[in-house]
Amino acid sequence: MSETNQIMKHYNLEPGDLVRIKKRDLVIEGIIMPPYIFTDPWVLVVKLRNGYNIGIHIEEIKELEIISRESIREQTEEIKIISQKTDLPHIKIIGTGGTIASFVDYLTGAVKPAVSVDELLEMIPEALDIAYIESESIMNILSENMRPEYWEIIAEKIYDVMKKNVYRGIVVTHGTDTMSFTASAMAFAIQSKNIPIVFVGSQRSSDRPSSDAALNFIGALVAASKAPFAESVIAMHNSSSDDLIAVHRGVKVRKMHTSRRDTFKSINAKPLAYIDPIKKELIIEETIYSPRSSEEPILLNGFEKRVALIYSYPGIQRDLIEYIIDSGYKGVVIAGTGFGHVPQDLIPILKRGVDKGVAIAVTSQTLYGRVNLKVYQTGREMLRAGVIPCEDMLPEVAYVKLSWVLYRAYDMDRIKEMMLRNYAYEISMRHTEDLFIR
Amino acid sequence: MNHYRLDYSEIDLRVGLEIHQQLDTKTKLFCSCPTLLSEDPLKNSVIIERRLRVGKSELGEIDPAALFEYRRGRVFRYVAPRDNTCLVELDEEPPHDVNREALVISLAIAMALNSTIVDEVYFMRKIVVDGSNTSGFQRTAIIALGGFVESSQGRVRIQTIALEEDSARKLSEENGVVTYALDRLGIPLIEISTAPDIRSPEQAEEVAYRIGMLMRLTGKVKRGLGTIRQDLNISIKGGAKIEIKGVQRLELISKIVELEAYRQYRLLQLKEEIMRRGLSEELISEESIKDLTEVVSKYKNKLARFIRETLDKDGRVFTLPLKGFRGLLGFELGPNRRFGTELADYARAWGGVGGLIHSDELPRYGIDEEIIKKIYDTLSLNKDSDAFIIIIDQRNKALKAFDAVIKRIKQAFRGVPEETRAANEDGTTRYMRPQPGAARMYPETDILPIRVTKELIDEAAKYVPEPFDVKLKRFIEDHKISRDLAEALIRSRYLALYEELVNKLKDKVSPQLIASTLINTLKALSSEGLDTSVIEEKDLIDIFTELAQNRFSKEFIPDILREKIKDPKKSIGDIVSSLDIRILSLEELDLLIDKIIGENKEEIIKRGERAFSFIMGKVMDQVRGKIDGKIVAERVKDRLKNLLI
Repeated sequence: MSETNQIMKHYNLEPGDLVRIKKRDLVIEGIIMPPYIFTDPWVLVVKLRNGYNIGIHIEEIKELEIISRESIREQTEEIKIISQKTDLPHIKIIGTGGTIASFVDYLTGAVKPAVSVDELLEMIPEALDIAYIESESIMNILSENMRPEYWEIIAEKIYDVMKKNVYRGIVVTHGTDTMSFTASAMAFAIQSKNIPIVFVGSQRSSDRPSSDAALNFIGALVAASKAPFAESVIAMHNSSSDDLIAVHRGVKVRKMHTSRRDTFKSINAKPLAYIDPIKKELIIEETIYSPRSSEEPILLNGFEKRVALIYSYPGIQRDLIEYIIDSGYKGVVIAGTGFGHVPQDLIPILKRGVDKGVAIAVTSQTLYGRVNLKVYQTGREMLRAGVIPCEDMLPEVAYVKLSWVLYRAYDMDRIKEMMLRNYAYEISMRHTEDLFIR
Repeated sequence: MNHYRLDYSEIDLRVGLEIHQQLDTKTKLFCSCPTLLSEDPLKNSVIIERRLRVGKSELGEIDPAALFEYRRGRVFRYVAPRDNTCLVELDEEPPHDVNREALVISLAIAMALNSTIVDEVYFMRKIVVDGSNTSGFQRTAIIALGGFVESSQGRVRIQTIALEEDSARKLSEENGVVTYALDRLGIPLIEISTAPDIRSPEQAEEVAYRIGMLMRLTGKVKRGLGTIRQDLNISIKGGAKIEIKGVQRLELISKIVELEAYRQYRLLQLKEEIMRRGLSEELISEESIKDLTEVVSKYKNKLARFIRETLDKDGRVFTLPLKGFRGLLGFELGPNRRFGTELADYARAWGGVGGLIHSDELPRYGIDEEIIKKIYDTLSLNKDSDAFIIIIDQRNKALKAFDAVIKRIKQAFRGVPEETRAANEDGTTRYMRPQPGAARMYPETDILPIRVTKELIDEAAKYVPEPFDVKLKRFIEDHKISRDLAEALIRSRYLALYEELVNKLKDKVSPQLIASTLINTLKALSSEGLDTSVIEEKDLIDIFTELAQNRFSKEFIPDILREKIKDPKKSIGDIVSSLDIRILSLEELDLLIDKIIGENKEEIIKRGERAFSFIMGKVMDQVRGKIDGKIVAERVKDRLKNLLI
């Protein structure tokens, strides 16, 4: 990702130089821009006075004259001191990165994490009418780069914030790709939460006029200050319209669309609540939840890193599973077909794994519905091999949970018991008819 | 002499055009939706509501035009018909790759305008937060720079040619909710900007026609109302560059230019008058605004209904005293446009109020001499030299409106303020919003740079209209029309129509007839004092299509056109049916010829070979205009031959 390309070196140009170029008979004046990642190495990107960028190839340049050299203005980090109302609920914002805290990077020509939480607040001044905000950016990564090690850092931070007993809620800005993994990790790592942890992100970067960032952020603040529950949740657009923000339980939600604003959908569950971001009201939807409390939270931090999450599919090769079992993995979550099945020829390998002490948790790639290994012969054989059927847990949630369980349990019976124990409403034993996609 | 016409070289009029033309591609610029509009967008559609926020530009500045729209805090309701929109228009999916067909057509148009094509195309995001783009920006790229177009008053340079996506179609606006249909959003649009080389209203119109014609000759642009729209940039010496948006009718261009030049000229005179009176800018301030609700309410039953209704809804009466301004608010700026009208535009745009009332238009709206005197007295103003403005509305709206009005009055001390204006139906314009700055452009990073390859250029070359000298030669040699007529055609606004008609009807209607109708017949009708401007292209297409079907004979074309001008609402089909010009069938003709031959047998035998012209004359007397003379001649010859053998 260099800031110059071949042609810039050829003419000894730097981004920001004001140049006059003769292209055939046409004289063009403009400022040299850094090339995009896909710019032809022999093309100069020139910003014209009207704001447009154009590309000019070296073969077309008759003359090039540098009029003046001035480096492109850096994005000013100057943040106005924002006056806050101390009588509002105190909310702690923890920044981890993602689109909600991102900006167009015109070096690579892509959306890049850059905006600080303070800058976000500057762009969304109405947030200061909802809460007294303290913010801290603890990492700045795209969520595809998230790792269990980072979950541990985030959990540690949240736990510290909770213990202070001055905050009404916590808002975590996070990339949407793996937001539900982190939200699930917090659901398990911090037990007896006293205040809500609200994850928020956006599907359109916050520099765009149509960004969903502001409304999601306002929704998250309202949820953090007004929610009666103290759970790890995700607050994002409920529909394509800018009307309601849905608050999903972190262990019952999934990113279901690559690009839509309402990408997050509760699966096998209803959202806990909706937020009207204009009226700044919370409308409760699910009445069974862990309420706010004055008790000390308990930190059960730590995730086993040698855990795999795989899909079963027609033609899946035995050696794939064998590799996992024989190379030191402590556990594997299988998103099986239908009720949770794998091809029958894999079952002996699963059994060998279980016997070796590798925990094998079974979920379904249908996402909706419950795993049941009693209906068909294959399932019954899997059960006899010793796999753990994970009820209606989402594959990603089972993965996070198994990582968390394996960090603190070694005995297969204990692992199984913990996997099937409901720590954070990740298992729902009642599926009413209205929970399935229409 | 036209009251608004000025000496344009004296005031140094300069006009630049920005022409937007929809391209006729199979799919939209950034998705695979068809480029067709819905007759009823509400049918089979989804409705989404959004709000837009001001985005920071690449350089970290906020654009004034964007800020203006944002402050209005409106809600945008998008109607997305499923037939012609997808997630891309809804801003729920990133743009797909650029439509290659659109790129090729726009390159062809650039070549036709002698422009220099860029080597790599970079799409930008142009911030537009009036809701007309769901994303809050328009995707646009410069594909060529420079070039020129010729006009009878000299060469006009082209500055830039851009390929961009068309915006959403506004359906309605009420109570802070603006409704748009998304069917039009994403249709490829080419934008051609000329340099301010145009020096007269007529030249502006001519150049718009020339460029429109060139684009149409590619055969790849859309036709019909709304498919071509022009913006005008107009300035005079000492005035300002005023941008006028969205002119859909070419015939209005010269009028708009004329009236805008006049408006700027008058604003400069207004400034001089302000200076002559020695008025002070400092005296005009928000602090002098007075709430006269109590005073005016006493006369409530005298006032116009709209005022009473506003007062009933807790509206307040705010007044702004203007010392020394008597007569200046009524200062004429154009037909039915006064300085007060300009101020009312600002009040409406910024405060969302219904308008304002100024002392120069009183007595009116039930505000009679008694009330006027009361207001003057309460404000301690002199009726003979001072003026005031009244705004009746909710407090915050009225004060917002006054804020804008005060700023605008202060600008009058300096002449013409830079602004973006919208065209009215009568050729006048109204204030729309402040002009956007350059800060509103940043890279569209979802679209990769596109290298303009030789392959693309070669493909585009196929659509470049042939040069005019080649065309002239072709008209003379292939179409067999006279040089004079061919030259007139090339200069005519009907050139593209001519070519389209010849292509469509070449075996049935001769090019000569089409050409002479479009050029000579229309000119002749004009010189009869008829208003040929009511004849639309569609009418001409209909005439030739019906002619090709032998529904009438060509001699009747002038009559049909005359009838159309007399009653423009009638369709060509109706006119043809109503006039007794129905064509004779061959059977009817044969019967008639046989009858005439039968009646003149002796004469025929006597005349022998020379009998033809005798019979022909007799037949033609009865069928003239109802059937082609050539056919009559053939049939008469045929019949006579049989008889004479």
